[in-house]
Amino acid sequence: MKIEEIEDEIREEFALFDDWEDRYNYIIDMGKDLPLIDPALKTDDRLIKGCQSRVWLRAEHQDGKIMYTADSDAIITKGIISMLIRVLSGQKPEEIVQSQVTFIDDIGLKEHLSPTRSNGLVSMIQHMKHYASQYASLKS
Amino acid sequence: MEKVNDITTLWRKQFPILTQQVNGKPLVYFDNAATSQKPLRVIQSLSDYYTRYNSNVHRGVHTLSQMATDAFEEARELTASFIHAGEKEEVIFTKGTTDSINLVAQSFGEKFLQAGKEIWISAMEHHANIVPWQMICEKKGAKLKVIPMNREGVLLTEELYQNLSENIALIAVTHVSNSLGTINPVKEIIARAHTFGIPVLVDGAQAVPHMSVNVQELDCDFYCFSAHKMYGPTGIGVLYGKRKWLEAMPPYQGGGDMIETVTFEKTDYNVIPFKFEAGTPHIEGAIGLAEAIRFIQETGIENIEKREQELLHYAMEKLSEIEGITYIGTAPEKAAVISFLIEGAHPYDVGFILDKQGIAVRTGHHCTQPVMQFFDIPGTVRASFAFYNTEEEIGRLAEGIQKAKNMLL
Repeated sequence: MKIEEIEDEIREEFALFDDWEDRYNYIIDMGKDLPLIDPALKTDDRLIKGCQSRVWLRAEHQDGKIMYTADSDAIITKGIISMLIRVLSGQKPEEIVQSQVTFIDDIGLKEHLSPTRSNGLVSMIQHMKHYASQYASLKS
Repeated sequence: MEKVNDITTLWRKQFPILTQQVNGKPLVYFDNAATSQKPLRVIQSLSDYYTRYNSNVHRGVHTLSQMATDAFEEARELTASFIHAGEKEEVIFTKGTTDSINLVAQSFGEKFLQAGKEIWISAMEHHANIVPWQMICEKKGAKLKVIPMNREGVLLTEELYQNLSENIALIAVTHVSNSLGTINPVKEIIARAHTFGIPVLVDGAQAVPHMSVNVQELDCDFYCFSAHKMYGPTGIGVLYGKRKWLEAMPPYQGGGDMIETVTFEKTDYNVIPFKFEAGTPHIEGAIGLAEAIRFIQETGIENIEKREQELLHYAMEKLSEIEGITYIGTAPEKAAVISFLIEGAHPYDVGFILDKQGIAVRTGHHCTQPVMQFFDIPGTVRASFAFYNTEEEIGRLAEGIQKAKNMLL
């Protein structure tokens, strides 16, 4: 599926919830389901330092596509990460670079991207794109 | 649900911000240690200044300038009497506690710190009382030493007392810990330090809003605090310093107001406090601080202290009904701060779910990363109370924590 299609899918899922509790219970469940990163891979070079919650990101390329795995010590952060991975992992680098990941905004999670939350998500998106753009320029 | 008593209702009425809704729920503001809310009279004093007598101080002969200067200097006098300083010249207006500590670190350090000498701080200091000392120690080749603490968050002062010597240039210690709530025995530390002639700086940012502070009785050499934690505006704080030190210390910044005469060859500096107040000061900040002090004096600092201790005990009782909470900072002498963790949940997640319920707490390391390293935790959830908080709000916190537990675990 294309990035936009997965984003639409997530938008539809969230349209079912009418209060914050249901929305966050869903995010928390996704956080709990996110496959854990092998602790041996939670090294400092994969750590994206946020002020409060820590995020680890690992990127690999396979057949011209980028595969991401990630983890966080905070469960809400992890739930949002799991959606970012669902949308961006397995996509072509050029498409990852161009994606605006607007779904986060649309499902009412914009506050998690504000600098005051300092949860490492903004830098995680930057890192995901940075890795994709580096790979894209390597290829060309 | 507990009934809010009448006096609390009267107190709360003075704080317009407390009546609002956040995320569809009545606001519960438990982040008072970060900054307190402001009573209407403080807010009005700022607009009154700009509406009626805005003008630069210490400069003009015109009427408005005189009015502004009078109000500014009256603020200094009131601040001096509030902390029982011997004279108003010992009160220097700064940007806040951090600025006050940096001033002393740079200025005192420049003159009195030499290679091989030591500065002592404590294990529970805010970054603002660590980093400025690290910077000056590095510059001067001096050593930074740390008074350790135990698992309750009580300072092991014996460690300091056994090491007291003329080789220590200064001791900088917090009166009340912002992340643990511990009230430190600063009076004793000062008395012991003085037997070796060692000056002591006290970080009073978390003390002045909650208890009566008498700098002469403490006999501290420097005392620092911020207006915004004591119902005043942001951007203004105080450095109290004993005259003998302030006179001996070189200026911190150069500019207008701090000079007596300037030629291109040489500048003669102004007397204290002006020597340390370069440039146009935060005039309306000082005026707002003065109004905040009047507010505290009329409310009665002893009433504030008593009420906050009541709230602290009630909260500890209420939260103890919830299983799986770990408290960080359990000193017997504590200000109204509760730092805690829900076992198995990250503080960020807990803080977020509380916010969704209209409850404002602080989460994270509270600018005390070494404290978090000591307890080996990523951070805490901190609820800090002010006298305008209520038992009902504490009930909401307990319910909120229960909900966070249900959702996260």
